[in-house]
Amino acid sequence: MQDDAAGGGAMRGQIKKGYVRPLDLKRGRVDLGHGGGGRAMGQLVDEMFAAAFANEYLAQGDDGAVLPAPGAGERLVLATDAHVVSPLFFPGGDIGCLSVHGTVNDVAMMGARPLYLAAAFVLEEGFPLADLARIVQSMAAASRDAGVPVVTGDTKVVEQGKGDGVFITTTGVGALSPGRDISGRGARPGDVVLVSGTLGDHGTAILSQREALGFETEIVSDTAALHRLVENLLVAVPDVRVLRDPTRGGLATTLNEIATQSGVGITLDESAIPVDAQVEAACEFLGLDPLYVANEGKLVAVVPGERAAAALAALQAHPLGRRAAVIGEVSADPNRFVQIRTAFGGRRMVDWLTGEQLPRIC
Amino acid sequence: MKYVDEFRDGALARKLAAAIRAEVAPDRRYAFMEFCGGHTHAISRYGVTDLLPPNVRMIHGPGCPVCVLPIGRIDMAIRLGLESGATIVSYGDCLRVPASGGLSLLKAKARGADIRMIYSAADALALAQKLPSRQVVFFAIGFETTTPPTALVIRQAQALGLGNFSVLCNHVLTPSAIISILESPDVRELGTVPLDGFIGPAHVSTVIGSRPYAFFAEEYRKPVVIAGFEPLDVMQAVRMLVRQVNQRRAEVENEFTRAVTEDGNLKAQALVAEVFELRRSFEWRGLGHVPYSALKIRRAFADFDAEVRFGLDYVAVADNKACECGAILRGVRKPTDCRIFGTVCTPENPMGSCMVSSEGACAAHYNFGRFRDVPVVAA
Repeated sequence: MQDDAAGGGAMRGQIKKGYVRPLDLKRGRVDLGHGGGGRAMGQLVDEMFAAAFANEYLAQGDDGAVLPAPGAGERLVLATDAHVVSPLFFPGGDIGCLSVHGTVNDVAMMGARPLYLAAAFVLEEGFPLADLARIVQSMAAASRDAGVPVVTGDTKVVEQGKGDGVFITTTGVGALSPGRDISGRGARPGDVVLVSGTLGDHGTAILSQREALGFETEIVSDTAALHRLVENLLVAVPDVRVLRDPTRGGLATTLNEIATQSGVGITLDESAIPVDAQVEAACEFLGLDPLYVANEGKLVAVVPGERAAAALAALQAHPLGRRAAVIGEVSADPNRFVQIRTAFGGRRMVDWLTGEQLPRIC
Repeated sequence: MKYVDEFRDGALARKLAAAIRAEVAPDRRYAFMEFCGGHTHAISRYGVTDLLPPNVRMIHGPGCPVCVLPIGRIDMAIRLGLESGATIVSYGDCLRVPASGGLSLLKAKARGADIRMIYSAADALALAQKLPSRQVVFFAIGFETTTPPTALVIRQAQALGLGNFSVLCNHVLTPSAIISILESPDVRELGTVPLDGFIGPAHVSTVIGSRPYAFFAEEYRKPVVIAGFEPLDVMQAVRMLVRQVNQRRAEVENEFTRAVTEDGNLKAQALVAEVFELRRSFEWRGLGHVPYSALKIRRAFADFDAEVRFGLDYVAVADNKACECGAILRGVRKPTDCRIFGTVCTPENPMGSCMVSSEGACAAHYNFGRFRDVPVVAA
């Protein structure tokens, strides 16, 4: 537990001048004081966040970070993403690295170079500081690996029962080179659709950890920052039309968004869609469809038909795109339907997800 | 996936499709009802219809457990959750079924009722053990497949002397539903529903066996082929039904021999008989009151019967007037015949129960087959 006085009277003689007891990362817990704006909060910010994310912009220590302007002719891209995930720690990652990857990817899907992140933490009273430290360390490592520093942030503490441990909102700024025009409105009839790898890994890894399910797998989340993979792709195929990361709602939802925004139809080949055998089996067991299960380290690209081979090669040349595949094509369709040719030999729609995906009864 | 992919093989499907095409009489129409939602799902999910000749029509039957659940039964659970503060647990699909007053279990949850999704009956019992200070009510639904697990947890709760666990039982029986369809004027006298045979249930039959269907085949002269839930099972069953029709046979055949025997699972049957007895009558959505078509908890286990414990009364509630779920469940109408299909009634905002579960005829058509209703655009 957190004590506010620095030790008892008997100890006074041995304490160095200016000593402040550090955060108790072994047994300490978040309390309302950590959100109060006083010393306790200052200590949490300094020892937990500033130490982990250390960089020159954060060190400015002001209400906002003063940043250099991007290159001449470049435009700014701004994206934000609130992260709530249960459990907070899952095979292959945790909410910390996820909150970096999620926003870096949102910026990257615009074709932009991610530059900076801002992070806001909503902490629940009673949350163990040790777990918070693990999350922040993982976040810092992800930010370092991605080369995208966290330059400013905010912390709030809510009463016990009013949060779910930790919520993290990250906002990312990126720079977009002149001439790049990547958007959900870009798909045209004759284009092809690619994915950068196997689908459904993240959502299945999370589900397998929920206690009620009680089944064990070795499936790990695919959470990863995709901006370097995107750069690879854009060097080889500068005229990429659409980039999206199929997170919540999975591939099916992302493709329906693209079809709606672009005013086109999309037809997929079921047998071309990469799904890991374990994920397929787990989804079968749970009555889920991997096309609707979340990914955190995959992208969907729409490119002109004649660029299919170049795009595929560029994706496959990067470790995060090794299992990339061409999975379908864009057609003219005023109904903006997404359809699939089943491996079985039939045809059906791949519609928007209704509510949450729920397991079937029989 | 080993042992599953074999039943979804596209090359085999093409061979079977060719065999069916060769066997159907070109001048005759064939209409078969797949009773189970599991079959409906397989047909839509794999696009089986595309592989069948145009003169073979599949009618989606009432075998989707949430689709046949009448509004009044869900109202009972909602009242219980909102008024007596009990924790209501049920299977995921159940939570979205529309009830009275624009509510569903999920919406009641947003209004403060403690409603939780479970994956099995055992989860319900475990939750009651974990929350000794709360009344935990398992809203149990389903056909003969999900009944034995419910029976088991009731028996376990009795053995444990668990005072805070009870079951709101809505278990229904497949054979009575099939009889109700065959006895309906549409089928029996008017002949407005051409029904040439049934694809019999997969999982249900693993419990009750193939024997109970012999009666329909004989009495009503309708062939029955019990089939598994994989798409090749469905196609093989269609082929067997076509053959029976062509040869003027009306027999019970078993395509699903890898799981279904003549007698079924005798242990499960004994367990169900120990805990449950027949209800004199039960309301089905779409079929109305069907005699001896559902189960209730026996007096010996009355302590675990939520209807007894909380003194619940059933109030029948009529479906939305424009909703055609009833006629659709009997095979009299197709989803697209309903005026509110896809307009007022969508999976996001279902009016009728057939739009709720992906096994329901309307939701299956909306989610998987709606592209067939519009002019074909070249890909």
